[in-house]
Amino acid sequence: MDLLSLFPEWVLVHGPAAIVVLPLMVGALIALSPSEKLSWATTWFVTGLSGLMSLGLLLQVISHGPIAYAMGGWKPPLGIAYSVDGLNAPILLLISVIAFVCTVYALPSVIAEVEPEKRSPFYAAFLLSFAGLMGMVVTADAFNVCVFLEVSSISTYALVAMGSSRDRRALPSSFNYLIMGSIGATFFVIGIGFLYMQTGTLNMMDMARVLQDIGPGDRVVQLAFAFIVIGLGLKLAMFPLHTWLPTAYAYAPSFFTAFLAATATKAALYLLLRFTFTVFDPSWHFISNALMVIIAGLGILGMLAASLQAIFQSDIRRVLAFSSVAQVGYILLGIGMATTLGLTAGYLHILNHAIMKGALFLAVGAFWYRFGITKVSDMRGLGTTMPWTMAGFTVAGLSLIGVPGTVGFVSKLALAQAAAENGWWWAIGVIVLSSVLAIVYVGRMIEQAYFQPVPKINDKYIKRNEAPLTMLIPLWTLALASVAFGIDSHWPTSLAQGAAQVLGDGPILLVRETMPAIPAIPSTGGH
Amino acid sequence: MTMVFEHFNFAVVIVLMMTGLFAVFASHNMIKKLVGLSVFQTSVFLLYISISKVTGGRPPVLSKKELHGYGGYDKAGDGADAAYKTVSETAEIIYSNPLPHVLILTAIVVGVATLAIGLALVVRTREEYGSIEEDEIDAYNYQDNLEGASR
Repeated sequence: MDLLSLFPEWVLVHGPAAIVVLPLMVGALIALSPSEKLSWATTWFVTGLSGLMSLGLLLQVISHGPIAYAMGGWKPPLGIAYSVDGLNAPILLLISVIAFVCTVYALPSVIAEVEPEKRSPFYAAFLLSFAGLMGMVVTADAFNVCVFLEVSSISTYALVAMGSSRDRRALPSSFNYLIMGSIGATFFVIGIGFLYMQTGTLNMMDMARVLQDIGPGDRVVQLAFAFIVIGLGLKLAMFPLHTWLPTAYAYAPSFFTAFLAATATKAALYLLLRFTFTVFDPSWHFISNALMVIIAGLGILGMLAASLQAIFQSDIRRVLAFSSVAQVGYILLGIGMATTLGLTAGYLHILNHAIMKGALFLAVGAFWYRFGITKVSDMRGLGTTMPWTMAGFTVAGLSLIGVPGTVGFVSKLALAQAAAENGWWWAIGVIVLSSVLAIVYVGRMIEQAYFQPVPKINDKYIKRNEAPLTMLIPLWTLALASVAFGIDSHWPTSLAQGAAQVLGDGPILLVRETMPAIPAIPSTGGH
Repeated sequence: MTMVFEHFNFAVVIVLMMTGLFAVFASHNMIKKLVGLSVFQTSVFLLYISISKVTGGRPPVLSKKELHGYGGYDKAGDGADAAYKTVSETAEIIYSNPLPHVLILTAIVVGVATLAIGLALVVRTREEYGSIEEDEIDAYNYQDNLEGASR
């Protein structure tokens, strides 16, 4: 069976540009659409098409190696290059599949949460945010990254603020996110500016080549790295820079929270990987120190502190948001090890966490849709009143803890193995401790739902009121995916290994076909 | 001291950057925070513009004098031909780097969009809370947390 032959030629050639351009242009069009149903259907179609194209690109990368695309026919390094390789192809597929699945869910959810006249612009902003994330991941041009970062961020601020028709606290939390996000993006731009000062190029691969000549001793390059790590750290919610995340996740419309939690931090994590390992050279002393002390260190702190904070939250979505910060900590720990096993585990957790956190937030949105529940203490008896939704929630929650047979277990086990190989035995202790804390905060919710009586209104038990199918299907798709990939983790693991392979090759030229003039740089892999 | 004057642009960038960041972090008023954010972003524009200057470089525009008879718009085609010839003949002319200007044009647009969204949020916040002071909003939010959401 050759899945690749099913894709038309133009997808494999122009796919890298199409997955960004299509949602960007359609997004602008549907902002004017008079019918919300039409907007929804278009969004669904566009995200689905992007998902198919991403799948085609991923298959192409697996079988034929990296794809390069010169925007507008301008050859890199002068023109803007898009490139798809083993590192970003799985993230592209992840973002577009999550967007597609969440859009199904959006149909009832948006009607319940967003005012009628704002629904078409809502979908438009969602497509812009989606296009921005895809652009961040697919582009090989450093300044282009900044632009897409802002495209996705600005539409995200607007979308978070749209939760205000449900809870007015969405407004200050969106404002807070805007301030923190803009500072992060500006730090990133400053970093790129310093790199441009020293290298005179914006193409990532070309930058990597020139940086090899400049070497690690250059102060401006060191400064650029610091600015980029802090800027991306704000975007990916690295532990002390995460303060925007819990409120933004808690008050955004529930459909968008699920999308945001599953994809936004993941795109920033991808950029961190790309810059640290491909543009810079991880064998340089200041980068290996930063990886070990700052990235792994803050990852560990986040795993413990954010998990602890999650236990004491009363709002369900804030519990899950703090848990997201903790899970980003796991990923950062894997990245900080900078070994092949560590990177594989970190990358695997990027994919797995997106699946399970997406499912959890979808379930929480369904609780609100039926009963207006936002607090953990209000979850009493949900196991009886919404059995299917609660079962999906429980499966994803067990995955979050890391119960064997779920994706959470696969990536935590991989992380523990990587730590053992690295000799970081204490890190295994931290992983176990953080998982125990996860048992407490997930268990607290499951206990309320299954072991507390169904609440009474006017001396009558609340009747069973299951979420609609358009909500259950996306929820169970993700929940079942988290079990399926937990039992047979071969495919995601091979994707993660492919990504770690790309990272381990170090600063090599990905865009081989379009950049023949530049001499190849000896691989610095194997450190 | 001479170092400051030798790198005067960068000194200004640092001062603006720190002023902006301080304003963002120190003020509780949402408008003042946005002002600080704008100052901070402007300092980055200045940084980019500064690095585009090449010592002894001219503005990256082909001047009329070099075009040898770029007379009027009707002769634009000739002018372009001449320009092409001139550039190839006088390759030793040093121009400043135009690329950072283009980049910063994009960044300015982004800055305007961010400011617009930020101001819109301030307006909506004032409608909902009747205040744009963050400590007062926090107090209302604390109340909301105790009593459940307002709606």
